[in-house]
Amino acid sequence: MSLLEVSDLTLHYATRGSPVRAVDGVSFRLERGQALGVVGESGSGKTSLSLALMRLLPSNATGYGGSVTLDGQDVMALSNDEFRRQVRWRKMSMVFQGAQSSLNPVLRVGRQVAEPLMLEDGARKAQARERTLRLFDLVRLPREVADRYPHELSGGMKQRVMIAMSLALDPALVVLDEPTSALDVSIQAQMMNLLKDLKSELGISFIFITHDIALASDICDRIAVVYAGQMVELGSADDALTQPSHPYTQRLLGSIPRLASSEPPQFIPGAPPDLSEPPAGCRFHPRCPLAFEPCDRAEPPVAAVRDGHEARCWLLTEERP
Amino acid sequence: MTAELMRVEDLRVYYQARKGLIGSVAVKALDGVSLAVHAGETLAVVGESGSGKTTLGRAALRLVRPTGGRVVFRGEDVTHLPDSRLGAFRRRAQGVFQDPYSSLDGFMSVAQILEEPLAIHGVGAPRERTEMIHDALRDVRMSPPEEMAARFPHMLSGGLRQRVGIARALILKPDFILADEPVSMIDASSRAEILYLMLELQRAYDIGFLYVTHDIATARHFSDRIAVMYAGRVVEIGPAERVIDEPLHPYTEALIRAIPEPDPANRLRHRPVIPGEPPSPTEPPTGCRFHPRCPLAIAGTCEVVDPPLIEVRPGHHAACHLHPTPEEG
Repeated sequence: MSLLEVSDLTLHYATRGSPVRAVDGVSFRLERGQALGVVGESGSGKTSLSLALMRLLPSNATGYGGSVTLDGQDVMALSNDEFRRQVRWRKMSMVFQGAQSSLNPVLRVGRQVAEPLMLEDGARKAQARERTLRLFDLVRLPREVADRYPHELSGGMKQRVMIAMSLALDPALVVLDEPTSALDVSIQAQMMNLLKDLKSELGISFIFITHDIALASDICDRIAVVYAGQMVELGSADDALTQPSHPYTQRLLGSIPRLASSEPPQFIPGAPPDLSEPPAGCRFHPRCPLAFEPCDRAEPPVAAVRDGHEARCWLLTEERP
Repeated sequence: MTAELMRVEDLRVYYQARKGLIGSVAVKALDGVSLAVHAGETLAVVGESGSGKTTLGRAALRLVRPTGGRVVFRGEDVTHLPDSRLGAFRRRAQGVFQDPYSSLDGFMSVAQILEEPLAIHGVGAPRERTEMIHDALRDVRMSPPEEMAARFPHMLSGGLRQRVGIARALILKPDFILADEPVSMIDASSRAEILYLMLELQRAYDIGFLYVTHDIATARHFSDRIAVMYAGRVVEIGPAERVIDEPLHPYTEALIRAIPEPDPANRLRHRPVIPGEPPSPTEPPTGCRFHPRCPLAIAGTCEVVDPPLIEVRPGHHAACHLHPTPEEG
């Protein structure tokens, strides 16, 4: 049984015009101990996907639905209160983008990690302190850092504190939303090594959300490419990175400047669409150099390209609308 | 090599930061940097946060006043020119900045944004200005220019906004453009498009670019030379490909190795990293500023002697004791 099974997950936002279809029928599975990369550009809906999984819905959320099974439990059937008590932080936690800046500046960081342990887990103060120090060991922070204030920590140390917090209640799955995008490259590499260690030592699963497909390759076993609220390709890291099937994935990989090659990077003309009025048919067709007859009128089906590798493109199926 | 356009010599920018209630401490954002940009050349300045790369760009445009050293533009020392006499310099040296969302005034149309520099410098009569605005929009491939000129920034994508930023820098026909992280807020799939555009405009108008970036990979593909900065200093400078393919400084090498390429084998191994974090600009380490993190540091030398920037190979300089000066070696 997979750790997480998501089927047809949808999250729209109400606006004055038509609703913004930020997550529009997303389906995937995640196995225990694996990391799934969710790669997309700004406005592709990747952060909304994480909010939908964590059920942290903005007040204008509408059209929230689909099925999510975590560790065999149908979590969409839970009430908000049950979800909060049984699932969020306990089974599935999250490190938010730019979260380092959300630390409380007037509380010592160790106390901030211990607090949820005392509130959620009913731990006594001494137990919570001991657990906090072990969490600091886990994220390779010296124990004395627990007694410091956020302003005394570097960006990399703060991000380690945020990761420690996400691990506090021993969840099976952690959603990481751009966990290194605010960090310098040398610190980013240290953080990726830490995540690799946590994955192998704790057998923890990650959903790693990023705009940077190269960074995703640093930890992810499987990669999902999202475009305009939909998953356009999902496969093993090996396949998605070396034999991408969807024209968008191919061109996204081509747009990365390579250090080891003098081959200049390419670009995709145009910009991603407005999610309140996505293009008809395939959402990528206005930017796709390979678009042909059905692309501008019919949404492509999800085609199985290889075993465990699928993509949403008319080029990959014999079917026709 | 073509004519020298902009030169900074031993440039220093120190800020006073408060320490405690009454004390203050000098933050050495830039601490003795010398380099030159030639006409029609792109010099990339690569570094992490706190390296001084942004301060270098701002000092080169005289947006901050240097604490020491000189800024020489087309043979003229502009370091201490009073603001009242900076007009000609400002017209010839322009900037494109990181954030296309906050660097454009949301209450001004594209036409107004582009007219502002013309009005400030008293360039052109009203009718000519409209033509100049349309030309600048055509230069940055925003068409039809009449329609684009009427838009407001919120109606434009990040990529289009940054084109407006480039058009604004271009409209005064400058010789020099500082591009400070011009694509770091642009989506990966559009970054190269903006950089190609800048390259094309550079060739068309023979502009010298100072391209300030944290992204050494774009620097490799879009610049002629790369300067690598660390803790307020240039630690290596040379032809772009040589710096990437045969780096001389251990910091440059570490920076290159820290960047993943999209490779499924990455997940199976640890990435080689340099330990620790960049030093505090108020108390930089003695000797070589990189020595506490350097895997190749030579005890007794690196923590004592500040290595000078020397030419190790033709046109390729490094500040590192592994590459001794001729008299030492």
